[in-house]
Order: sequence, then C-alpha cells, then structure tokens
Amino acid sequence: MAGETKDNSLPKNGLLSARSSDGKFSRRLTDDEFDRYSRQMIVPGMGREGQLRLIESRLLIIGAGGLGCPAAQYIAGAGVGTIGIVDGDIVEASNLHRQVGHATSRLGMKKVDSLITHLKALNPLPTYIPYDFQLTPQNAADIISQYDLVLDCTDHPITRYLISDICVLTQKPLVSAAAVQKSGQLTVLNCPPAPQGLVDGEYPPCYRCCFRKPPPPSSMVSCGEAGIMGPVVGMMGMAQAGEAIKILASGLHLPPPTSDDNTAPPLERNLARPTLLIYTYDLDSAVGPYSFRALKMGGRKKNCFACGEGSTLTLDGIKTGNPDYVQFCSAPTINVRLPPEQRITAVAYHAAKEKGELPAHILVDTREKEHFSFGSLEGAVNMPFGRFLMNAAAVKRTGGSARDLLPTGAADGDAPIFVVCRTGQDSQETVEKLRELGLDNGGQRKIVDIMGGLRAWKQDVDPTFPFI
Amino acid sequence: MGSESAATIPITVDFSGGLEMLFDNQRRYLISLPVTDESGKAANIAFLIEHLCKHYMKDPRADLFVLDGHIRPGILVLINDADWELEGEEAYEIKSKDNILFVSTLHGG
Ligand SMILES: [Zn+2]
Repeated sequence: MAGETKDNSLPKNGLLSARSSDGKFSRRLTDDEFDRYSRQMIVPGMGREGQLRLIESRLLIIGAGGLGCPAAQYIAGAGVGTIGIVDGDIVEASNLHRQVGHATSRLGMKKVDSLITHLKALNPLPTYIPYDFQLTPQNAADIISQYDLVLDCTDHPITRYLISDICVLTQKPLVSAAAVQKSGQLTVLNCPPAPQGLVDGEYPPCYRCCFRKPPPPSSMVSCGEAGIMGPVVGMMGMAQAGEAIKILASGLHLPPPTSDDNTAPPLERNLARPTLLIYTYDLDSAVGPYSFRALKMGGRKKNCFACGEGSTLTLDGIKTGNPDYVQFCSAPTINVRLPPEQRITAVAYHAAKEKGELPAHILVDTREKEHFSFGSLEGAVNMPFGRFLMNAAAVKRTGGSARDLLPTGAADGDAPIFVVCRTGQDSQETVEKLRELGLDNGGQRKIVDIMGGLRAWKQDVDPTFPFI
Repeated sequence: MGSESAATIPITVDFSGGLEMLFDNQRRYLISLPVTDESGKAANIAFLIEHLCKHYMKDPRADLFVLDGHIRPGILVLINDADWELEGEEAYEIKSKDNILFVSTLHGG
C-alpha cells in the first residue's frame, strides 16, 4: 500500500496491523459518506481506514427484536455496507416498548421489513437484505456464510447453539447478547476466528465453550413470560453494535494474511479470553441503582463439542439433523428409565388400593411444597425433590445416614415405598437414588415409581384432582 | 462442632440473572463460611454451595440452583470475576475476602 494512503488511526499492535493492510482501502469516501460519518471517523482508533472497512463489511443480525432493533440502528448509522436481518415474526403492540426499530403504524408487518423501513430512513446508503423467516439448521449455513460477522439477537437457546455452531464452522466472529427482566449479558465469541479443532495455544471460545449445556427448560424464562425492561435489553443491543463496529473497523474478523486453511496464529491470552459483561438494573431499591460487571471467561476448550479437538460437528451434519438442537435444549438433564418391575401406572395403583390389595406402604410425593399444599393423594408425605437431591448429595459427600433423607417414620421397616411426582420424571430419579443409597435394604424393600405422576392421576383416575 | 467460636472465612457471595429470587431477592450476602466442612476438609466451592442451600436459600425450588448435588446447567460461577473453570471449579479452596458470583445465563432478547 502506498505510503500516503496510510493513516495512523488504527491501533498498530501486531495482530491488528497484520490484518489491516490490503489494497482495497485506497478508494475515496464520497461526499455523502464523508459528511455522514465524519464525527465517528475523527475518533482516535477509527479513522478513514476504519470507516472504509465498515463500508466494505457484511454484517448479519439474527433477530429483529429488543436486541436487534437498537443494534441495527447503530450498525446502519455507522455505515456498515451490507446488513442482513433474519426474523420470521410480525410486529405486535407488546413489542414496541423495547423494539424501537418498529412503529405503531407498522403493526402486523414482518419485523424485518418494518426494521429495514426504519433503517433506510436513518441511512439509505447501506444495502439491506431481509430474510423474513426463521433461522433453521437447514438454512443457517447458507445465510451466515455470506457475512463477515454475526449478531445473535435471538431469544432461545436452540437458535443460540445453532448460530454458534455455524459460526465455528464458517469461522465468523459472533457477538452474543441476551436480556430478561432486569438483567442483560453480552460477550464476543470466536473472535478472531480460528479453524475448528485447533487447540494448541490460546484461541477464543465459542458459545458452547462458555455455556456447555442449556439450562433445563423448567428453569428458563423468556421475555414473554418473565417480562423485560426496554432500556435493559436496549443497552445490551447497543453494546453489541459497539463491539461489532470495533471488530469490523479493526479487521479482526479477517483471516490473517499469511495463513492457509489449517493454521491460525496463537493469540495473546488477552484476546483469546473474552469478557462477559453483566448489566443489572434495580427496580426495588435505591441502594444499588444499577451495576456493570466485566467477567473474565476462559478460552477455547479442548473438549468443546463444536470447536474442540477432534470435533465431529459438520455443516452437512447440522443440515441433516445432527446434532438435534431441539432435543439438546429440551431434554431433562438426567433421564432415568426404570425397569418395569419398579413402576406402576396410576390406574393400577388406584385399582389395587381400592380392592385392598396394596400392603401397608409409604407414599412419598416429591413435588415442591406449594404444589403439595394445593392437594395430594391420600396418605402422601411430602419430600420436595430439590431438597432431597441436595441432602442426598451431602450424605454421599460426608457419609451421613441415608435413612435421615426419608420423611420421619418412613425409614424403618420393609413396607414398600411408592413415589409420585408431578409428571413422572423426578419420581423415577428419586426411586433410583433411594436404591443407590441402600434404602431398599438390599432388595428387601420395594421402591416403586407411580408412572406419569399426578398428571397421569388427573388424566386417568381422578379428573377433579387439583393439578397445577 | 458447629459452635459460634469455630474459625470462619469472610467472603461475599453475589447472585445475578434472576438467581437472587431464590435467595430472598437479595443480590449480595456477606458470609462467614466455616474454614472446614463437617469432615474437616478445607472449605471449597462445593461446600459453599451446600452451605448456601442449607442456610441462605429461601425458596423451596432448590433444583433451580442445584441439580443432583451440583450447580445446575446454565449457571456460571465466577470466582473473583473469573470463570470458575479457570480456578478448579468445585474443588477451588475458598480464601478470605473471595467474591463468588452465581449468575444464570439468559436467553431472552
Ligand atoms: Zn467451543
């Protein structure tokens, strides 16, 4: 590159300068561009070269909601040249308090079209590409591979894992954010991108490296169920835009100039270990109005399913349903399947009891005490599952008496124990755990799961049962 | 055993991302953690988790915090602002003035 076209506005530490010299940034800015972008170009670290990089860049925003709207505004305003937006939803009134790229006059419109209308009014120069459908394992790679960087502005772990996996395989940096109620999170992943499987040295993590498993579905709250404060999610979306602009302007998304397909220079520790930003907003107390915390995450994990050593994840695999994202995000963490002799249907339990064929037994209900208090089976004693697991773990760890785990009086004798829960999963785990702890007295004592829990009871035995 | 005069380690424990709801809606606790657990082992994160469940959790839904005796998937544990995987996870031995943050990962957007 000719000396006079160089400016000193970009940081010149090794990696950035190595990626910043290729000839195409010698073109002039148009007058319109110059006027429009002058206030950000004069910021130290940005400059003309940074601006030209933005104009040459292609950025994909997945999700045109509470994160995607504010992010898109600043991305468009900054002059990123090509902006793709993916969302299959339509604009609803309940979106508008936070999804500031839409408008009351555009209720019922596809979100991507509504947002692009808004962005074009803000800045007509970029090329906007709408994808007015949901991202799926089948279409994700074709779309993502056309871009330089991805913003994950979605609202479900299924898409979050899918997006991250595709970004690993196509080597795209991923700026990921999320928010619910009064807190938000943000982190930059896969940046600068390194080929899948490289683990000698420090490389940046993917989403799976940081969040190996999704939370169990029962613990997950969405904005629709739990609510969300507009400024909280807005702040996170804007921070995503900020990170994206920085990466694109400095060329961190570009492959290093001297690499072939299978190598990437090991990074300085600092770059390979991203920050997780946590924003907490307080509605309840004047003491702590808000807080930001910057947390240090680890780098790429050797054993990561997606980016780690010997990973078997491929684009073809993803397209044909491997891995199964829905299954991955909905499976209970422990899936016990007891043999038939340790189980009884709700109907059979009821019938045996009515006919007086059941011996004296103990009936344990493992639901939480709120659920139990709304109604329980005759003679049931409550042993909440969460506490039970915790106590069981403590017994294992410290060698205390497993007998104390059972409700008072239930530990003695060989009378069978029947276990019932809400839908039939916790009860199986409880049966298994009780046997593991030796409470079946070496097989003397029967411990039996009532299949399908109280949901099955209501459905098949007693429709008036107060099931919550 | 368990007397008030037993040696303790002063630490702060923070909850974020909704976990504070399980702990009486309080985001920060100043805790005096016993120096050793019942079996005399130095207090580590696993012990702290148990201690929190026993003495501080105000919500019966323990399984939103602990599953099968371990922190449930979807909760990050940060020791002095660094991912606990950098520090040895449950085996990390707690030191005076440590800050331990439990944060549940969010998915909304
Ligand atoms: Zn990974």
